[in-house]
Amino acid sequence: MIHSLFLINASGDIFLEKHWKSVVSRSVCDYFFEAQERASEAENVPPVIPTPHHYLLSVYRHKIFFVAVIQSEVPPLFVIEFLHRVVDTFQDYFGSTNVGDQLPTGQLSVVPWRRTGVKYTNNEAYFDVIEEIDAIIDKSGSTITAEIQGVIDAYVKLTGMPDLTLSFMNPRLLDDVSFHPCVRFKRWESERILSFIPPDGNFRLLSYHVSAQNLVAIPVYVKHNISFRDSSSLGRFEITMGPKQTMGKTVEGVMVTSQMPKSVLNMTLTPSQGTHVFDPVTKLLSWDVGKINPQKLPSLKGSVSLQAGTSKPDENPTINLQFKIQQLAISGLKVNRLDMYGEKYKPFKGIKYMTKAGKFQVRT
Amino acid sequence: MAASPAYGEEKGGSSSLGEPEYGHDPASGGIFSSDYKRHDDLKEMLDSNKDSLKLEAMKRIVAMIARGKNASDLFPAVVKNVACKNIEDPNQLIRASALRVLSSIRVPIIVPIMMLAIKEAASDMSPYVRKTAAHAIPKLYSLDSDQKDQLIEVIEKLLADKTTLVAGSVVMAFEEVCPERIDLIHKNYRKLCNLLIDVEEWGQVVIINMLTRYARTQFLSPNQNESLLEENTEKAFYGSEEEDAKDAKAEAAVLAKCKPYVMDPDHRLLLRNTKPLLQSRNAAVVMAVAQLYFHLAPKAEVGVIAKALVRLLRSHSEVQYVVLQNVATMSIKRRGMFEPYLKSFYIRSTDPTQIKILKLEVLTNLANETNISTILREFQTYIRSMDKDFVAATIQAIGRCATNIGKVRDTCLNGLVQLLSNRDELVVAESVVVIKKLLQMQPAQHSEIIKHMAKLTDNIQVPMARASILWLIGEYCEHVPKIAPDVLRKMAKSFTNEEDIVKLQVINLAAKLYLTNSKQSKLLTQYVLNLAKYDQNYDIRDRARFIRQLIVPTEKSGALNKYAKKLFLAQKPAPILESSFKDRDHFQLGSLSHLLNAKAVGYQELPDWPDEAPDPSVRNVEVPEWTKCTSREKRKEKVEKPFYSDSEGESGPTESADSEPESGSEENGSSSSSGSSSSGTEEEEEEEEEDSEEQSEDKEEEEEEEDIGTKKAKKKAPQGRKGRAETSSEEASTSESSSSVSDSGSEAEAKQRKPPSSKASSKEISLLDLDDFTPPPVQPIPSSSIISTSLVTDLEGLTLTDSSLTPTLLSPAFSAVKTYELLHRMAGEGLAVEYCFSRRPFPGDPHMVAIQIQISNNTDTEVKNLRVNEPKPLSGMRIQEFPEIEHLAPGDTATVLMGIDFCDSTQAANFQLCTHTRQFYVSIQPPVGELMAPVFMSENEFKKEQGKLMGMSEITEKLTLPEKCQSDHTIVQQLTSAANVGRVPCGASNEYRFAAKTVTSGSLVLITLERREGSMAQLTINSEKMVIGTMLVKDIIQALAQ
Repeated sequence: MIHSLFLINASGDIFLEKHWKSVVSRSVCDYFFEAQERASEAENVPPVIPTPHHYLLSVYRHKIFFVAVIQSEVPPLFVIEFLHRVVDTFQDYFGSTNVGDQLPTGQLSVVPWRRTGVKYTNNEAYFDVIEEIDAIIDKSGSTITAEIQGVIDAYVKLTGMPDLTLSFMNPRLLDDVSFHPCVRFKRWESERILSFIPPDGNFRLLSYHVSAQNLVAIPVYVKHNISFRDSSSLGRFEITMGPKQTMGKTVEGVMVTSQMPKSVLNMTLTPSQGTHVFDPVTKLLSWDVGKINPQKLPSLKGSVSLQAGTSKPDENPTINLQFKIQQLAISGLKVNRLDMYGEKYKPFKGIKYMTKAGKFQVRT
Repeated sequence: MAASPAYGEEKGGSSSLGEPEYGHDPASGGIFSSDYKRHDDLKEMLDSNKDSLKLEAMKRIVAMIARGKNASDLFPAVVKNVACKNIEDPNQLIRASALRVLSSIRVPIIVPIMMLAIKEAASDMSPYVRKTAAHAIPKLYSLDSDQKDQLIEVIEKLLADKTTLVAGSVVMAFEEVCPERIDLIHKNYRKLCNLLIDVEEWGQVVIINMLTRYARTQFLSPNQNESLLEENTEKAFYGSEEEDAKDAKAEAAVLAKCKPYVMDPDHRLLLRNTKPLLQSRNAAVVMAVAQLYFHLAPKAEVGVIAKALVRLLRSHSEVQYVVLQNVATMSIKRRGMFEPYLKSFYIRSTDPTQIKILKLEVLTNLANETNISTILREFQTYIRSMDKDFVAATIQAIGRCATNIGKVRDTCLNGLVQLLSNRDELVVAESVVVIKKLLQMQPAQHSEIIKHMAKLTDNIQVPMARASILWLIGEYCEHVPKIAPDVLRKMAKSFTNEEDIVKLQVINLAAKLYLTNSKQSKLLTQYVLNLAKYDQNYDIRDRARFIRQLIVPTEKSGALNKYAKKLFLAQKPAPILESSFKDRDHFQLGSLSHLLNAKAVGYQELPDWPDEAPDPSVRNVEVPEWTKCTSREKRKEKVEKPFYSDSEGESGPTESADSEPESGSEENGSSSSSGSSSSGTEEEEEEEEEDSEEQSEDKEEEEEEEDIGTKKAKKKAPQGRKGRAETSSEEASTSESSSSVSDSGSEAEAKQRKPPSSKASSKEISLLDLDDFTPPPVQPIPSSSIISTSLVTDLEGLTLTDSSLTPTLLSPAFSAVKTYELLHRMAGEGLAVEYCFSRRPFPGDPHMVAIQIQISNNTDTEVKNLRVNEPKPLSGMRIQEFPEIEHLAPGDTATVLMGIDFCDSTQAANFQLCTHTRQFYVSIQPPVGELMAPVFMSENEFKKEQGKLMGMSEITEKLTLPEKCQSDHTIVQQLTSAANVGRVPCGASNEYRFAAKTVTSGSLVLITLERREGSMAQLTINSEKMVIGTMLVKDIIQALAQ
């Protein structure tokens, strides 16, 4: 399995190494650095790099490369998934104040995911149903592909060994699901009820995909007019956005980003609301829109100055959208009820819905 | 500095010990003293059984090390003392840690010690320690591969382990040490399949990958018939007719011989049990199942994995990368599988380039006549991307679509030609290369394109593109007779500045033109060849020399010259543009080797299906192997009655003496409470569903329950003097138990004459971690066992088999009916009421337990209007009252039948028994064995059902049968008296099987009692209702112990 692990930061220093079998020289990372150079961008470094004597499997998170050195055949996903879990644990561990609580104690128990002897004065269980819309909208505004991916994240602080069940009004919506290991699979299969003894604290109970048959409501539309002219070194840039199918809720936290072509020198834009930044080095335009007011649609208009002498860019930039809609699960998924068994107290229960943009792109 | 105190200490130490023979200062010995001898002394001291000597030796060694002396040959002796001691520790966590420490010391010298420790740990009673033993195996193996044979023995033993905790780790050890010993898996195959879902996720990956290989050696290809058909058509297509005629007969014979394919049930078992794991949150598990289905499932069933794999595309980009590689391979073989998910592979501008390129690969593989237009439209947007590597890959992809789908070839070609006027040179260059390949398929129609491309030589600088154009013009110079010599002229001019591949193509072009149009190009050719003759690159010089000889006729040039034209202008086969993922599936998918498309170190080949299935009976398990009892286990056996098989025994008396009380006992508590709480859920479900809003009522109810609980404790505690005595030994922590005593029945305790027994019963409570529970589901556990045991012993003297009381019984093996007291003669003021469970279905409602009630009037007056009043069932529970008895004469006895639906719980049913004058509060609490009705099933059905109820639903307990309970008859009798179950026929003579269904929910309860050598036996109960299972285990063991 994993022979050694190297942690490499953004400037290419190996700042931590750990060896389980024998010590593997740091020089093995040279192969990694080579690949990194070839890739130019961090995200394009191949996750699996063969070297004469070892294989380097890496993940890139928080601007750190976690490079595992492998000597023999192993399913690559096994290592990659494991490294991600390690990072998750680090994140949990260093990110929270109650460090001691996060350490696993359940090794010997039949419920290994839950520590024993949990006690709280306030017993509470919160569930967040968060749905993300992944969509590609084409030039003319029609949807090329759109799907809804959802998760239920839980924050459970309950004394003892509570046994929870969570049922949905419309479980049929869920097309493909993956569970936290605490969920009893059989009950889901037979009754479409989530029955589980929860881990303590934060965890992801369920991830799901809404079946493709359901048409996905697209909550916002973007009108755009971006043109570069061959003759002049000036281009026009204009986008307006508005709410579409929002079920009467407010679209907020709207953020527009767009990668401009290399030949764009600068942009002179005026937003009707929010703030915008154009980074002339990375050529990234971002516009923090905020809320969409249906009475006064946000827009961003202005001109683009292009490098003189170059021909007009082939591609119009794609527009990436982020937004949030509170108290709405866009798929229509509704939790029916949450019950607790096995403990006598009455916990405080809360369920929140939210819809977000996932990978939401508008091609122009 | 360092030397002197150490020296002093040694002196002091040795003198105080008063052992002069060891007293010479060993460490300070100069170069003259013989080192080995001195170390022998120390070794001897370390090996002695006096702790003081050992301590002294250790001190000296430390001193030696401090002075920089080499003490490495003492290492094993030290390790033995430090680590080995802990390997015997009563605490399982310490035993496991000690083994982990020992196995992490990678020094060859400790191999023998490690081997011993692993062997010992492999038969440890704690599954956690056994798991650690499995982990240590590969470490020892990598240290000394000579130990293989011994290690295989350990692996074999651990493979037989039944706990989920061990399974993954031992299979890992198996894969590392002896993956070729597939025979070791046979007996454990079914068990592994059944345990799989409860094994931790990393173990699942290892087991699934191993089982994939196993299945490939043991079962027949599920696509056998299909592949046979395919072969036939292929042969008919390609084979010559004569051959066909010959083959036809042979094939007919083969077809006739081969029986229709029937999947081995074990093969099916594997597919069925892995399928739910596609829902795992762990990408590695999902991938493992996906590859298993791809390699093992019938074609029609493979499709299920697509959805799960597509889901993984939402994960981190590294995961996407690996998954897409595998999808790319799969999509070549099974295109249909991913077609519905086509859009999931659409590319976003934010995807990393390597992901884009893989998605493109998949999209290209999925392209067919119906979806090609959508895909091409999508490709069109990609071509305008800013990411030029991706654009180049898209052009390649378009080329592949064009070659594969004839319908769109022209469209694609036109599109690509348009790209030739693209501003980006890379795009143009890539297009040229692809167009070249496409043109080779039908050059005649496309001279226009060739002309267009010829013009590009002025602008395009990318060598590969230039080379491609030159080759095209040379190859098809007859189609462009006017342009070709002109191109050569230009190229001759710039020859010296060209890249090598371009130069080679210039020479080629010159040669071809010389052969077809020597008049115009003779001089040019000679000029080019002369330039090439003096080129720096020897390849080019070689080529020039060779071509000159070939095409320019001289006296010396031989016969080849005549064939020059044929050689150069032969019809060349068009290149086939195919995926680089083609045929990659000969590597096991999901493996590193597959990803790299090269065999990695330690890769186990995926074997081909066998032609004939090996004997399937090797997987039959007659007597399920169980890790043999160690001496430790035997020692403890009698004092321990663990609650859960998985945390067996660790709450023993040894543990309570431990300094860390939370280690074993608490785990035990937690596991048991989780078990009972989870099934508590099921019990309470209905009731909870109804009373969501009646919180206040709930509270009342709870109070009442508590009331009853204490009452019960009052009533029953004095009777519990015998039954629970032996459980007191399993007491984990006295403090806990005493606290819960005060919780639950302080009043009762105050009245106790015999505190130990009450403690024993409340001990139960502490084991269950009761203070966290609502009273209803749990309170009955201790009290029910009190009823079933103590009451019975109290009533032992009575003749219970009164003919009027014993109904004809359903269960044939049933022996005696126990009667319970509902109302004592004294308490009832002369009215005595007893009840028994008739074990017959209650007429009118199959979900009710039938209870026969016998009321005798011991007063001297007539009792009138005897009836049930105000039943107060817990929600969900239902009581069917018996019809009112109008008169009961003095001295008379009446028998009536009532039905209670206990909702599969042992909670008491409370009601009032009323006469015309009085009312008595009574309650009926069923022993768990009465909550079920026998079911008759065959041995096979039993095994099948048992297979579905593994893991958490299985409870196993070891017991010793007392002498008087050795005969078949007694065992069956005792067991059926404890529970209302039906006997299931059984092939093995040392096994007894029983089956029942719970009355309310109809959940199966399967009981297996297996006799071992001596008076040992093992009881296994499989049931979804874990609480019922655990309680039943206790009751049965008690019944058998009597």
